Amino acid sequence: MEKFVKVTSTAVPMPIEDIDTDQIIPARFLKATNREGFGENLFRDWRYEKGNEPKADFVLNDSTYSGEILVAGKNFGCGSSREHAAWALYDYGFRVVVSSFFADIFKGNALNNGLLPVQVSDAFLSDLLQAIKKNPALQVTVNLPEQVISFDDKAETFEVNAYKKECLLNGYDDIDFLVSIKEEIEAYEASSKVI
Amino acid sequence: MAKTLFDKVWDAHVVKSLEGGIDVLYIDRHLIHEVTSPQAFSEIEKRGLTLFRKDQMVATPDHNVPTKDQHLPIQEALSRHQVDTLINNCEKHNVTLYGLGHPFQGIVHVIGPELGITLPGRTMVCGDSHTSTHGAFGAIAFGIGTSQVAQVMASQCLLQSRPKTMRITIDGKLNKGVYAKDIILYVISKLTAAGGTGYFVEYAGSAIRSLSMEARMTICNMSIEMGARGGMIAPDETTFDYIHGREFAPKGEAWERALDYWSTLYSDEGATFDKEYNFPAEDIEPMITYGTNPGMGIKITSAIPDRLAEAGEESFNKSLKYMGFQAGESLLGKPIDYVFIGSCTNSRIEDLRIVANYVKGKRKASNVNAMIVPGSKQVEKQAKAEGLDKILEEAGFELREPGCSACLGMNEDKVPAGAYCVSTSNRNFEGRQGPGARTLLASPLVAAVTAIEGKIVDITKHLN
Repeated sequence: MEKFVKVTSTAVPMPIEDIDTDQIIPARFLKATNREGFGENLFRDWRYEKGNEPKADFVLNDSTYSGEILVAGKNFGCGSSREHAAWALYDYGFRVVVSSFFADIFKGNALNNGLLPVQVSDAFLSDLLQAIKKNPALQVTVNLPEQVISFDDKAETFEVNAYKKECLLNGYDDIDFLVSIKEEIEAYEASSKVI
Repeated sequence: MAKTLFDKVWDAHVVKSLEGGIDVLYIDRHLIHEVTSPQAFSEIEKRGLTLFRKDQMVATPDHNVPTKDQHLPIQEALSRHQVDTLINNCEKHNVTLYGLGHPFQGIVHVIGPELGITLPGRTMVCGDSHTSTHGAFGAIAFGIGTSQVAQVMASQCLLQSRPKTMRITIDGKLNKGVYAKDIILYVISKLTAAGGTGYFVEYAGSAIRSLSMEARMTICNMSIEMGARGGMIAPDETTFDYIHGREFAPKGEAWERALDYWSTLYSDEGATFDKEYNFPAEDIEPMITYGTNPGMGIKITSAIPDRLAEAGEESFNKSLKYMGFQAGESLLGKPIDYVFIGSCTNSRIEDLRIVANYVKGKRKASNVNAMIVPGSKQVEKQAKAEGLDKILEEAGFELREPGCSACLGMNEDKVPAGAYCVSTSNRNFEGRQGPGARTLLASPLVAAVTAIEGKIVDITKHLN
């Protein structure tokens, strides 16, 4: 996993609520057996017409907006557990998703892939979306060590689990840790009374 | 101290607790399928690791298998490649695989319970959000991403923060024509598609107790649709009767020991939950969804609301526009093009019986294309043994072969753009059943009545 420390970038506004992982990457694109190339089909059906022409009114096709930060409505990433959603966002070039609420499985998948989910208050989200609309060149900074997201003169702290933060800052993942405690896992197995 | 069912099962699986509130949680059973496992196998191989407990894994292809002519090679190249990759990985790593043609093959969440792999008090995971289904047995079961699939392969453990607990109690007697699907669509419409996020849900109350195991699975299956990681129901005699004698269920003395342990799995009197909801069973009527998330459900006789308190105007309007509906209008009389009966939510034998019982001696409407996809080879076999295939055929339905099918349209079974489908599956997201497809979620009975009538009707008027 790539390390994540700090990102300063313009941002892409997507003020839609309950964006589910079927929208982020539709099921018919889940047939690959590797992790690469999913960015091409990110938000496929919102992004392209049936005949593959880009839909002009979709924000990813609007050259006004670009950047490594996606700013979306609440309950982002609900639905299917497909990690391909996190892979697609990352592969497209996003490093941060900002929302006022994230679905659990998506949040875990994102953190396992170096994509930082930043949960902010409704008010901050609304201010941020307005600020981007007003000035698409707006620079937004996400600082993981300090757990602060900021733009203009506004800033808000965000939560991130201490263990996950350590992993992101160092590019570690859970497998390294779990394999290192093999003996403790075996000891648990020997003592478990579960049928 | 009084403990909840969830706490009892979770605590029995904590290998160790880390700072920052993360537990190393032991996983008893790991189910895998063709879509979310290939990258996990690659990860294990890349790191030079081996499967830590291959005997606690079971694999089956379900997501993109065809539901016709399963004895022939899969036509679609990418699907074939993915299923072949699963076969190769299972052979290479010596994992039990119930492949196409095997009498145990089926949707992963249908075969786990029917084979006695799903047991009370176990922890179970799968790279699939509907793993919550197995909670019906009093197991902690939840969906995971592919990185986590690799973690379980490597260590049989996951790093998890403990979710909060929620209890949803439904007491009373269910109305006529109301099934488990209506109960869960009703609950999600009350709590919204995000209302359970961060929680593990226990379903309780006399209405839940009165349900069969298959009905309980339907309820737990859709826990994820309100954002909950999982749902569970305390095991009881209904649970034990269901498990007894199944392929991998404990036998003989082990069965007695199991019963002793399972009988301790309930929420103690006085146990506290982070959140509690109570709903009277009498308030629940046959349900249907009108929008593009499972929280957008109404009583089939009600009008679409003018707005939703929990949704912004832009999102609500986007949803209705996609569905081709107006705020405030009734769905009654709307013509329907497709009816899909299947998926890990409603593809078990009881579901097929409900449909067959209603359509017997009737004929489906000519404007409706009806698909019935059993959840497993065992369900298919049972349906044929009971003659349900003949009843369905005479009514103009076709009983196909098992798989996830039109629930997510990874195989050929898709709903065309713009077409309306009343579906017994679990998600009405945009494009879920095919690009542009419009899905209305409902119970098997509502689906059956819709297929016969060719439009949405007040089903209570069609029951004897």
